[in-house]
Amino acid sequence: MTGLMVDAQQVHKSFGANEVLKGIDFKVSPGQVVCLLGPSGSGKSTFLRCINHLEKINGGRLYVDGELVGYRQQGDRLHELHDREIARKRTEIGMVFQNFNLFPHMTALDNIIEAPCQVKGESKAAARQHATELLDQVGLADKASFYPRQLSGGQQQRVAIARALAMRPKLMLFDEPTSALDPELVGDVLAVMRALAKSGMTMIVVTHEIGFAREVADTVVFMDDGVVVESGPPSELLANPRHERTKAFLAQVL
Amino acid sequence: MVVLVLLAMLTHLLVTNKNLGWPVVRHYLFNPIVRRVVVTTIELTILAMVIGVLLGVVLAVMRLSKNPVTSWVSWIYIWFFRGTPVLVQIIFWFNINLLIKSFSLGVPFGPTFVSWKVNSLITPFVAAVLALGLNEAAYMAEIVRAGLLSVDEGQTEAAYALGMTRLKTLVRIVLPQAMRVIIPPTGNETISMLKTSSLAYIIGVLELLRATQSIAARNLETIPLLLVASIWYIVITSVLTGGQFYLERYFARGSSRMMPSTPIQMIRANLLALGRRRRR
Repeated sequence: MTGLMVDAQQVHKSFGANEVLKGIDFKVSPGQVVCLLGPSGSGKSTFLRCINHLEKINGGRLYVDGELVGYRQQGDRLHELHDREIARKRTEIGMVFQNFNLFPHMTALDNIIEAPCQVKGESKAAARQHATELLDQVGLADKASFYPRQLSGGQQQRVAIARALAMRPKLMLFDEPTSALDPELVGDVLAVMRALAKSGMTMIVVTHEIGFAREVADTVVFMDDGVVVESGPPSELLANPRHERTKAFLAQVL
Repeated sequence: MVVLVLLAMLTHLLVTNKNLGWPVVRHYLFNPIVRRVVVTTIELTILAMVIGVLLGVVLAVMRLSKNPVTSWVSWIYIWFFRGTPVLVQIIFWFNINLLIKSFSLGVPFGPTFVSWKVNSLITPFVAAVLALGLNEAAYMAEIVRAGLLSVDEGQTEAAYALGMTRLKTLVRIVLPQAMRVIIPPTGNETISMLKTSSLAYIIGVLELLRATQSIAARNLETIPLLLVASIWYIVITSVLTGGQFYLERYFARGSSRMMPSTPIQMIRANLLALGRRRRR
Protein backbone atom coordinates (compact mmCIF):
# COMPACT_ATOMS: atom_id res chain seq x y z
CA MET A 1 0.00 0.00 0.00
CA THR A 2 3.01 2.27 0.06
CA GLY A 3 2.99 4.96 -2.57
CA LEU A 4 -0.72 4.79 -3.26
CA MET A 5 -2.75 7.98 -3.02
CA VAL A 6 -6.00 6.12 -2.37
CA ASP A 7 -6.20 2.53 -1.23
CA ALA A 8 -9.65 1.11 -0.52
CA GLN A 9 -9.92 -2.44 0.76
CA GLN A 10 -13.31 -4.12 0.96
CA VAL A 11 -15.13 -0.88 1.81
CA HIS A 12 -18.69 -1.41 3.00
CA LYS A 13 -21.32 1.25 3.57
CA SER A 14 -24.96 0.92 4.54
CA PHE A 15 -27.72 3.46 5.09
CA GLY A 16 -29.84 1.57 7.61
CA ALA A 17 -30.75 -1.73 6.05
CA ASN A 18 -29.81 -0.51 2.59
CA GLU A 19 -26.31 -1.71 1.71
CA VAL A 20 -24.90 0.79 -0.79
CA LEU A 21 -21.25 -0.34 -1.00
CA LYS A 22 -20.70 -4.07 -0.90
CA GLY A 23 -16.95 -4.37 -0.64
CA ILE A 24 -15.10 -1.93 -2.85
CA ASP A 25 -11.44 -2.49 -3.74
CA PHE A 26 -9.93 0.51 -5.40
CA LYS A 27 -6.44 1.90 -5.85
CA VAL A 28 -5.18 5.21 -7.19
CA SER A 29 -1.53 6.13 -7.63
CA PRO A 30 -0.29 9.71 -7.31
CA GLY A 31 -0.81 11.73 -10.47
CA GLN A 32 -3.45 9.37 -11.80
CA VAL A 33 -6.84 10.47 -13.10
CA VAL A 34 -9.57 7.94 -12.42
CA CYS A 35 -13.10 8.26 -13.74
CA LEU A 36 -15.90 6.45 -11.94
CA LEU A 37 -18.75 5.46 -14.21
CA GLY A 38 -21.97 3.69 -13.45
CA PRO A 39 -25.74 4.01 -13.42
CA SER A 40 -27.30 6.22 -10.76
CA GLY A 41 -27.70 4.40 -7.48
CA SER A 42 -24.62 2.31 -8.14
CA GLY A 43 -22.85 3.85 -5.12
CA LYS A 44 -20.17 5.83 -6.96
CA SER A 45 -21.00 9.17 -5.32
CA THR A 46 -21.29 7.51 -1.91
CA PHE A 47 -17.89 5.94 -2.37
CA LEU A 48 -16.40 9.30 -3.36
CA ARG A 49 -17.85 10.87 -0.23
CA CYS A 50 -16.31 8.09 1.88
CA ILE A 51 -12.85 9.11 0.67
CA ASN A 52 -13.01 12.40 2.60
CA HIS A 53 -15.17 10.99 5.38
CA LEU A 54 -18.32 12.92 4.51
CA GLU A 55 -19.80 9.42 4.83
CA LYS A 56 -18.55 6.99 7.44
CA ILE A 57 -17.65 3.54 6.20
CA ASN A 58 -19.12 0.53 8.02
CA GLY A 59 -16.48 -1.99 7.05
CA GLY A 60 -13.12 -2.46 5.36
CA ARG A 61 -10.22 -0.04 5.31
CA LEU A 62 -9.76 3.18 3.38
CA TYR A 63 -6.36 4.87 3.20
CA VAL A 64 -5.47 8.22 1.67
CA ASP A 65 -1.75 8.81 1.21
CA GLY A 66 -1.02 5.93 3.57
CA GLU A 67 -3.26 7.09 6.40
CA LEU A 68 -6.65 5.78 7.45
CA VAL A 69 -9.49 8.18 6.66
CA GLY A 70 -11.48 9.38 9.65
CA TYR A 71 -10.28 6.65 11.97
CA ARG A 72 -7.29 5.41 13.88
CA GLN A 73 -6.65 1.74 14.31
CA GLN A 74 -5.97 0.24 17.72
CA GLY A 75 -5.31 -3.47 17.50
CA ASP A 76 -8.09 -4.73 15.30
CA ARG A 77 -10.60 -1.99 16.04
CA LEU A 78 -11.22 1.36 14.42
CA HIS A 79 -11.92 4.45 16.49
CA GLU A 80 -13.35 7.53 14.86
CA LEU A 81 -11.07 10.53 15.04
CA HIS A 82 -11.93 13.78 16.78
CA ASP A 83 -13.67 16.49 14.71
CA ARG A 84 -10.51 18.58 14.61
CA GLU A 85 -8.33 15.72 13.31
CA ILE A 86 -10.86 14.74 10.65
CA ALA A 87 -10.95 18.38 9.55
CA ARG A 88 -7.14 18.48 9.31
CA LYS A 89 -7.11 15.39 7.09
CA ARG A 90 -9.73 16.93 4.84
CA THR A 91 -7.55 19.94 4.11
CA GLU A 92 -5.44 17.67 1.89
CA ILE A 93 -8.43 16.47 -0.13
CA GLY A 94 -10.28 18.93 -2.35
CA MET A 95 -13.86 18.26 -3.33
CA VAL A 96 -16.10 19.68 -6.04
CA PHE A 97 -19.83 19.08 -5.80
CA GLN A 98 -22.58 18.61 -8.34
CA ASN A 99 -24.42 21.69 -7.02
CA PHE A 100 -21.26 23.80 -6.59
CA ASN A 101 -22.16 24.65 -2.97
CA LEU A 102 -20.44 28.01 -3.10
CA PHE A 103 -21.08 30.15 -0.03
CA PRO A 104 -23.77 32.56 -1.28
CA HIS A 105 -23.02 35.28 1.30
CA MET A 106 -19.44 35.70 0.08
CA THR A 107 -17.97 36.98 -3.15
CA ALA A 108 -16.06 34.62 -5.44
CA LEU A 109 -12.76 35.83 -3.99
CA ASP A 110 -13.96 35.50 -0.40
CA ASN A 111 -15.19 31.98 -1.14
CA ILE A 112 -11.69 31.05 -2.25
CA ILE A 113 -9.74 32.66 0.62
CA GLU A 114 -12.15 31.53 3.36
CA ALA A 115 -10.57 28.15 4.08
CA PRO A 116 -6.91 29.17 3.57
CA CYS A 117 -7.40 32.04 6.04
CA GLN A 118 -9.70 30.32 8.52
CA VAL A 119 -8.25 26.82 8.47
CA LYS A 120 -4.60 27.20 7.49
CA GLY A 121 -4.15 30.64 9.00
CA GLU A 122 -2.71 32.12 5.81
CA SER A 123 -2.45 35.89 5.76
CA LYS A 124 -5.22 37.65 3.87
CA ALA A 125 -2.78 39.23 1.44
CA ALA A 126 -1.12 35.92 0.57
CA ALA A 127 -4.46 34.15 0.24
CA ARG A 128 -5.78 36.94 -1.99
CA GLN A 129 -2.72 36.74 -4.17
CA HIS A 130 -3.12 32.98 -4.56
CA ALA A 131 -6.88 33.30 -5.13
CA THR A 132 -6.35 35.84 -7.90
CA GLU A 133 -3.94 33.47 -9.62
CA LEU A 134 -6.43 30.62 -9.30
CA LEU A 135 -9.29 32.73 -10.65
CA ASP A 136 -7.09 33.61 -13.57
CA GLN A 137 -6.30 29.93 -14.05
CA VAL A 138 -10.02 29.05 -14.31
CA GLY A 139 -10.63 32.02 -16.62
CA LEU A 140 -12.58 34.19 -14.18
CA ALA A 141 -10.08 36.88 -13.24
CA ASP A 142 -12.72 39.57 -13.80
CA LYS A 143 -15.34 37.93 -11.55
CA ALA A 144 -13.54 38.18 -8.19
CA SER A 145 -16.03 40.56 -6.61
CA PHE A 146 -19.15 38.82 -7.92
CA TYR A 147 -21.50 36.94 -5.62
CA PRO A 148 -22.29 33.34 -6.63
CA ARG A 149 -25.87 34.21 -7.60
CA GLN A 150 -24.53 36.71 -10.12
CA LEU A 151 -22.56 33.98 -11.90
CA SER A 152 -23.69 31.30 -14.35
CA GLY A 153 -23.59 27.65 -13.32
CA GLY A 154 -20.41 27.01 -15.26
CA GLN A 155 -18.71 30.03 -13.71
CA GLN A 156 -19.84 28.97 -10.24
CA GLN A 157 -18.40 25.53 -10.74
CA ARG A 158 -15.06 26.96 -11.88
CA VAL A 159 -14.97 29.16 -8.76
CA ALA A 160 -15.71 26.02 -6.73
CA ILE A 161 -12.73 24.28 -8.34
CA ALA A 162 -10.52 27.28 -7.56
CA ARG A 163 -11.82 27.24 -3.97
CA ALA A 164 -10.81 23.59 -3.57
CA LEU A 165 -7.40 24.21 -5.17
CA ALA A 166 -6.72 27.12 -2.80
CA MET A 167 -6.03 24.58 -0.05
CA ARG A 168 -3.27 23.04 -2.21
CA PRO A 169 -4.73 19.54 -1.97
CA LYS A 170 -2.91 16.32 -2.87
CA LEU A 171 -6.08 14.79 -4.21
CA MET A 172 -9.17 16.22 -5.90
CA LEU A 173 -12.57 14.57 -5.80
CA PHE A 174 -15.19 15.57 -8.37
CA ASP A 175 -18.78 14.49 -7.75
CA GLU A 176 -20.60 14.80 -11.10
CA PRO A 177 -19.19 18.30 -11.60
CA THR A 178 -21.03 18.95 -14.86
CA SER A 179 -24.36 17.22 -14.23
CA ALA A 180 -26.16 20.36 -13.07
CA LEU A 181 -24.91 22.49 -15.95
CA ASP A 182 -26.53 23.57 -19.19
CA PRO A 183 -24.91 21.68 -22.09
CA GLU A 184 -23.18 24.76 -23.50
CA LEU A 185 -21.47 25.46 -20.14
CA VAL A 186 -20.05 21.96 -19.67
CA GLY A 187 -17.10 22.60 -21.98
CA ASP A 188 -15.52 25.38 -19.90
CA VAL A 189 -15.59 23.30 -16.74
CA LEU A 190 -14.16 20.24 -18.47
CA ALA A 191 -11.40 22.40 -19.97
CA VAL A 192 -10.35 23.51 -16.49
CA MET A 193 -10.36 19.90 -15.28
CA ARG A 194 -8.38 18.77 -18.29
CA ALA A 195 -5.71 21.39 -17.59
CA LEU A 196 -5.63 20.33 -13.96
CA ALA A 197 -5.13 16.69 -14.94
CA LYS A 198 -2.31 17.72 -17.24
CA SER A 199 -0.61 19.57 -14.39
CA GLY A 200 -0.26 16.24 -12.57
CA MET A 201 -3.05 16.49 -9.98
CA THR A 202 -4.40 13.20 -8.68
CA MET A 203 -8.10 13.20 -9.51
CA ILE A 204 -11.09 10.95 -8.94
CA VAL A 205 -14.03 11.99 -11.07
CA VAL A 206 -17.55 10.66 -10.86
CA THR A 207 -19.01 11.57 -14.22
CA HIS A 208 -21.35 10.76 -17.05
CA GLU A 209 -19.08 12.50 -19.55
CA ILE A 210 -17.76 9.46 -21.45
CA GLY A 211 -15.86 11.70 -23.82
CA PHE A 212 -13.95 13.29 -20.95
CA ALA A 213 -13.21 9.87 -19.45
CA ARG A 214 -11.90 8.57 -22.75
CA GLU A 215 -9.66 11.55 -23.28
CA VAL A 216 -8.35 12.36 -19.82
CA ALA A 217 -8.63 9.30 -17.58
CA ASP A 218 -5.76 6.91 -16.95
CA THR A 219 -8.17 4.39 -15.51
CA VAL A 220 -11.90 4.03 -15.83
CA VAL A 221 -13.77 2.18 -13.13
CA PHE A 222 -17.26 0.88 -13.76
CA MET A 223 -19.46 0.41 -10.71
CA ASP A 224 -22.87 -1.14 -10.42
CA ASP A 225 -25.01 -2.09 -7.46
CA GLY A 226 -22.33 -1.33 -4.86
CA VAL A 227 -19.45 -3.25 -6.42
CA VAL A 228 -16.65 -2.51 -8.89
CA VAL A 229 -17.66 -4.49 -11.96
CA GLU A 230 -14.49 -3.87 -13.93
CA SER A 231 -11.75 -1.34 -14.40
CA GLY A 232 -9.03 -0.62 -16.89
CA PRO A 233 -7.61 1.96 -19.27
CA PRO A 234 -10.35 3.82 -21.14
CA SER A 235 -9.17 2.52 -24.50
CA GLU A 236 -9.95 -1.04 -23.35
CA LEU A 237 -12.88 -0.65 -21.04
CA LEU A 238 -14.86 1.76 -23.17
CA ALA A 239 -14.12 0.01 -26.45
CA ASN A 240 -14.29 -3.63 -25.38
CA PRO A 241 -16.15 -4.01 -22.11
CA ARG A 242 -15.97 -7.57 -20.80
CA HIS A 243 -19.06 -7.60 -18.61
CA GLU A 244 -22.67 -7.58 -19.74
CA ARG A 245 -23.59 -4.83 -17.28
CA THR A 246 -20.83 -2.57 -18.56
CA LYS A 247 -21.93 -3.19 -22.13
CA ALA A 248 -25.55 -2.44 -21.30
CA PHE A 249 -24.59 0.79 -19.52
CA LEU A 250 -22.26 2.01 -22.27
CA ALA A 251 -24.84 1.18 -24.91
CA GLN A 252 -27.24 3.51 -23.11
CA VAL A 253 -24.96 6.49 -22.56
CA LEU A 254 -22.93 6.45 -25.76
CA MET B 1 -64.68 57.72 2.62
CA VAL B 2 -66.06 56.03 5.73
CA VAL B 3 -62.55 55.45 6.95
CA LEU B 4 -61.69 59.10 6.44
CA VAL B 5 -64.72 60.27 8.40
CA LEU B 6 -63.92 57.88 11.25
CA LEU B 7 -60.32 59.09 11.20
CA ALA B 8 -61.46 62.70 11.33
CA MET B 9 -63.70 61.92 14.31
CA LEU B 10 -60.85 60.19 16.11
CA THR B 11 -58.50 63.12 15.49
CA HIS B 12 -61.18 65.47 16.75
CA LEU B 13 -61.51 63.40 19.92
CA LEU B 14 -57.75 63.31 20.43
CA VAL B 15 -57.40 67.05 20.05
CA THR B 16 -60.47 68.30 21.91
CA ASN B 17 -61.04 65.82 24.75
CA LYS B 18 -59.73 67.64 27.82
CA ASN B 19 -59.27 64.42 29.82
CA LEU B 20 -56.42 63.36 27.56
CA GLY B 21 -54.58 66.28 29.06
CA TRP B 22 -52.05 67.00 26.32
CA PRO B 23 -50.41 69.80 28.35
CA VAL B 24 -49.79 67.30 31.15
CA VAL B 25 -48.38 64.83 28.64
CA ARG B 26 -46.02 67.49 27.32
CA HIS B 27 -44.98 68.34 30.86
CA TYR B 28 -44.07 64.77 31.80
CA LEU B 29 -42.74 63.45 28.47
CA PHE B 30 -39.18 64.60 29.20
CA ASN B 31 -39.45 64.66 32.97
CA PRO B 32 -36.11 63.55 34.55
CA ILE B 33 -37.67 60.51 36.20
CA VAL B 34 -39.36 59.48 32.97
CA ARG B 35 -36.09 59.90 31.09
CA ARG B 36 -34.27 57.74 33.62
CA VAL B 37 -36.83 54.92 33.48
CA VAL B 38 -36.88 54.98 29.68
CA VAL B 39 -33.20 54.09 29.94
CA THR B 40 -34.02 51.35 32.49
CA THR B 41 -36.63 49.88 30.16
CA ILE B 42 -34.16 49.89 27.26
CA GLU B 43 -31.48 48.30 29.44
CA LEU B 44 -33.89 45.59 30.58
CA THR B 45 -34.88 44.86 26.99
CA ILE B 46 -31.35 44.78 25.61
CA LEU B 47 -29.83 42.71 28.41
CA ALA B 48 -32.69 40.21 28.35
CA MET B 49 -32.44 39.92 24.56
CA VAL B 50 -28.68 39.44 24.69
CA ILE B 51 -29.11 36.56 27.14
CA GLY B 52 -32.00 35.26 25.07
CA VAL B 53 -30.17 35.33 21.74
CA LEU B 54 -26.85 33.92 22.99
CA LEU B 55 -28.43 31.15 25.04
CA GLY B 56 -30.95 30.59 22.26
CA VAL B 57 -28.15 29.91 19.75
CA VAL B 58 -26.52 27.47 22.19
CA LEU B 59 -29.84 25.71 22.83
CA ALA B 60 -30.62 25.49 19.12
CA VAL B 61 -27.23 23.95 18.35
CA MET B 62 -27.66 21.55 21.28
CA ARG B 63 -31.12 20.62 20.05
CA LEU B 64 -29.72 19.72 16.61
CA SER B 65 -26.81 17.77 18.11
CA LYS B 66 -26.47 14.09 17.35
CA ASN B 67 -25.72 13.47 21.01
CA PRO B 68 -29.07 12.43 22.55
CA VAL B 69 -28.23 13.79 26.02
CA THR B 70 -27.38 17.26 24.69
CA SER B 71 -30.46 17.29 22.53
CA TRP B 72 -32.73 16.24 25.38
CA VAL B 73 -31.34 18.80 27.81
CA SER B 74 -32.20 21.48 25.26
CA TRP B 75 -35.64 19.98 24.63
CA ILE B 76 -36.46 19.94 28.34
CA TYR B 77 -35.24 23.52 28.80
CA ILE B 78 -37.46 24.75 25.97
CA TRP B 79 -40.39 22.69 27.21
CA PHE B 80 -40.09 24.03 30.74
CA PHE B 81 -39.55 27.71 29.98
CA ARG B 82 -42.22 27.86 27.33
CA GLY B 83 -44.56 25.98 29.62
CA THR B 84 -44.53 28.40 32.54
CA PRO B 85 -45.78 32.01 32.47
CA VAL B 86 -43.02 34.58 32.34
CA LEU B 87 -44.70 36.46 35.18
CA VAL B 88 -44.31 33.38 37.37
CA GLN B 89 -40.64 33.17 36.37
CA ILE B 90 -40.08 36.81 37.29
CA ILE B 91 -41.60 36.32 40.73
CA PHE B 92 -39.62 33.09 41.12
CA TRP B 93 -36.24 34.74 40.43
CA PHE B 94 -37.15 37.58 42.75
CA ASN B 95 -37.67 35.01 45.51
CA ILE B 96 -34.70 32.80 44.65
CA ASN B 97 -33.12 33.56 48.02
CA LEU B 98 -35.83 31.43 49.63
CA LEU B 99 -34.30 28.51 47.75
CA ILE B 100 -30.58 29.29 47.67
CA LYS B 101 -28.95 31.49 50.28
CA SER B 102 -25.50 31.91 48.84
CA PHE B 103 -23.63 31.30 45.66
CA SER B 104 -20.01 30.23 45.63
CA LEU B 105 -17.19 29.32 43.32
CA GLY B 106 -15.10 26.29 44.19
CA VAL B 107 -14.72 22.55 43.83
CA PRO B 108 -18.14 20.83 43.77
CA PHE B 109 -18.80 19.34 47.24
CA GLY B 110 -15.30 20.53 48.17
CA PRO B 111 -13.71 23.78 49.34
CA THR B 112 -15.05 27.09 48.13
CA PHE B 113 -13.01 30.08 47.05
CA VAL B 114 -15.45 32.95 46.71
CA SER B 115 -18.98 33.20 47.94
CA TRP B 116 -21.78 35.73 47.49
CA LYS B 117 -25.02 36.29 49.33
CA VAL B 118 -27.84 35.68 46.85
CA ASN B 119 -29.82 38.49 48.43
CA SER B 120 -27.23 41.10 47.49
CA LEU B 121 -26.55 39.55 44.09
CA ILE B 122 -30.12 39.23 42.83
CA THR B 123 -31.54 42.73 42.93
CA PRO B 124 -35.03 43.18 41.43
CA PHE B 125 -33.41 44.41 38.22
CA VAL B 126 -31.13 41.36 37.98
CA ALA B 127 -34.05 39.05 38.76
CA ALA B 128 -36.07 40.65 35.95
CA VAL B 129 -33.18 40.42 33.45
CA LEU B 130 -32.57 36.77 34.34
CA ALA B 131 -36.22 35.79 34.17
CA LEU B 132 -36.92 37.63 30.91
CA GLY B 133 -33.66 36.47 29.33
CA LEU B 134 -33.92 32.81 30.29
CA ASN B 135 -37.54 32.72 29.16
CA GLU B 136 -36.65 34.42 25.89
CA ALA B 137 -33.87 31.90 25.24
CA ALA B 138 -36.47 29.15 24.92
CA TYR B 139 -38.29 31.04 22.18
CA MET B 140 -35.08 32.20 20.48
CA ALA B 141 -33.84 28.59 20.44
CA GLU B 142 -36.70 27.59 18.18
CA ILE B 143 -36.24 30.65 15.96
CA VAL B 144 -32.52 29.96 15.58
CA ARG B 145 -33.20 26.28 14.95
CA ALA B 146 -35.57 27.21 12.13
CA GLY B 147 -32.82 29.41 10.69
CA LEU B 148 -30.16 26.71 10.91
CA LEU B 149 -32.46 24.17 9.26
CA SER B 150 -33.16 26.60 6.43
CA VAL B 151 -29.53 26.48 5.27
CA ASP B 152 -28.85 23.86 2.60
CA GLU B 153 -26.86 20.86 3.82
CA GLY B 154 -24.53 21.25 0.85
CA GLN B 155 -23.13 24.34 2.59
CA THR B 156 -22.08 22.33 5.63
CA GLU B 157 -20.59 19.62 3.42
CA ALA B 158 -18.62 22.11 1.36
CA ALA B 159 -17.21 23.67 4.53
CA TYR B 160 -16.31 20.28 6.00
CA ALA B 161 -14.69 19.24 2.72
CA LEU B 162 -12.49 22.35 2.95
CA GLY B 163 -11.29 21.21 6.35
CA MET B 164 -13.37 23.49 8.53
CA THR B 165 -14.32 22.19 11.97
CA ARG B 166 -17.94 21.94 13.04
CA LEU B 167 -17.72 25.09 15.16
CA LYS B 168 -16.04 27.11 12.41
CA THR B 169 -18.61 25.89 9.89
CA LEU B 170 -21.41 27.00 12.18
CA VAL B 171 -19.96 30.43 12.88
CA ARG B 172 -18.59 31.30 9.43
CA ILE B 173 -20.91 29.53 7.01
CA VAL B 174 -24.23 28.41 8.47
CA LEU B 175 -25.16 31.15 10.98
CA PRO B 176 -24.56 34.09 8.59
CA GLN B 177 -26.93 32.47 6.10
CA ALA B 178 -29.42 31.51 8.79
CA MET B 179 -29.58 35.16 9.88
CA ARG B 180 -31.90 36.01 7.01
CA VAL B 181 -34.48 33.68 8.50
CA ILE B 182 -33.62 34.50 12.12
CA ILE B 183 -33.75 38.31 12.05
CA PRO B 184 -37.42 39.06 11.22
CA PRO B 185 -38.87 36.96 14.08
CA THR B 186 -36.09 38.20 16.37
CA GLY B 187 -37.20 41.76 15.62
CA ASN B 188 -40.65 40.68 16.69
CA GLU B 189 -39.25 39.19 19.87
CA THR B 190 -37.28 42.35 20.71
CA ILE B 191 -40.30 44.58 20.28
CA SER B 192 -42.37 42.14 22.28
CA MET B 193 -39.65 42.10 24.97
CA LEU B 194 -39.72 45.89 25.20
CA LYS B 195 -43.32 45.67 26.28
CA THR B 196 -43.04 42.46 28.29
CA SER B 197 -40.30 44.14 30.31
CA SER B 198 -43.08 46.16 31.94
CA LEU B 199 -43.92 42.98 33.88
CA ALA B 200 -40.83 43.71 35.99
CA TYR B 201 -43.21 46.27 37.56
CA ILE B 202 -44.54 43.42 39.76
CA ILE B 203 -41.26 42.97 41.66
CA GLY B 204 -40.64 46.68 42.06
CA VAL B 205 -38.26 47.46 39.22
CA LEU B 206 -38.68 51.13 38.49
CA GLU B 207 -39.22 50.94 34.74
CA LEU B 208 -41.36 52.98 32.35
CA LEU B 209 -44.77 51.65 33.32
CA ARG B 210 -44.20 51.59 37.08
CA ALA B 211 -42.70 55.05 37.15
CA THR B 212 -45.49 56.67 35.13
CA GLN B 213 -48.09 54.82 37.19
CA SER B 214 -46.61 56.02 40.45
CA ILE B 215 -46.53 59.61 39.20
CA ALA B 216 -50.19 59.19 38.24
CA ALA B 217 -50.98 57.80 41.67
CA ARG B 218 -49.77 61.08 43.15
CA ASN B 219 -51.29 63.58 40.71
CA LEU B 220 -54.27 61.47 39.53
CA GLU B 221 -53.49 62.27 35.86
CA THR B 222 -53.93 58.61 34.92
CA ILE B 223 -54.67 58.94 31.21
CA PRO B 224 -51.96 61.54 30.37
CA LEU B 225 -49.27 59.43 32.05
CA LEU B 226 -50.41 56.30 30.25
CA LEU B 227 -50.03 58.36 27.08
CA VAL B 228 -46.50 59.36 28.13
CA ALA B 229 -45.59 55.68 28.57
CA SER B 230 -47.25 54.72 25.28
CA ILE B 231 -45.48 57.45 23.34
CA TRP B 232 -42.11 56.24 24.61
CA TYR B 233 -42.92 52.62 23.83
CA ILE B 234 -43.89 53.62 20.28
CA VAL B 235 -40.77 55.74 19.83
CA ILE B 236 -38.44 52.93 20.97
CA THR B 237 -40.33 50.41 18.83
CA SER B 238 -39.86 52.66 15.81
CA VAL B 239 -36.12 52.88 16.42
CA LEU B 240 -35.93 49.09 16.76
CA THR B 241 -37.88 48.61 13.54
CA GLY B 242 -35.38 50.84 11.75
CA GLY B 243 -32.49 48.86 13.17
CA GLN B 244 -34.05 45.62 11.96
CA PHE B 245 -34.36 47.04 8.44
CA TYR B 246 -30.62 47.74 8.26
CA LEU B 247 -29.68 44.39 9.81
CA GLU B 248 -31.80 42.56 7.25
CA ARG B 249 -30.16 44.51 4.45
CA TYR B 250 -26.72 43.57 5.72
CA PHE B 251 -27.45 39.85 5.85
CA ALA B 252 -29.20 39.88 2.47
CA ARG B 253 -25.88 40.50 0.71
CA GLY B 254 -25.35 38.04 -2.11
CA SER B 255 -29.07 37.49 -2.39
CA SER B 256 -30.55 37.55 -5.86
CA ARG B 257 -33.48 39.68 -4.84
CA MET B 258 -33.18 43.45 -5.16
CA MET B 259 -32.51 45.01 -1.82
CA PRO B 260 -35.00 47.73 -0.84
CA SER B 261 -33.35 51.14 -0.73
CA THR B 262 -32.83 52.73 2.65
CA PRO B 263 -34.96 55.76 3.57
CA ILE B 264 -31.89 57.97 3.15
CA GLN B 265 -31.25 56.56 -0.32
CA MET B 266 -34.90 57.15 -1.20
CA ILE B 267 -34.81 60.76 -0.02
CA ARG B 268 -31.58 61.37 -1.93
CA ALA B 269 -33.01 59.79 -5.08
CA ASN B 270 -36.14 61.94 -4.80
CA LEU B 271 -34.12 65.11 -4.30
CA LEU B 272 -31.93 64.31 -7.30
CA ALA B 273 -34.99 63.66 -9.45
CA LEU B 274 -36.50 66.91 -8.23
CA GLY B 275 -33.32 68.83 -9.02
CA ARG B 276 -33.17 67.40 -12.51
CA ARG B 277 -36.76 68.38 -13.20
CA ARG B 278 -36.06 71.94 -11.99
CA ARG B 279 -33.07 72.36 -14.25
CA ARG B 280 -35.02 71.33 -17.30
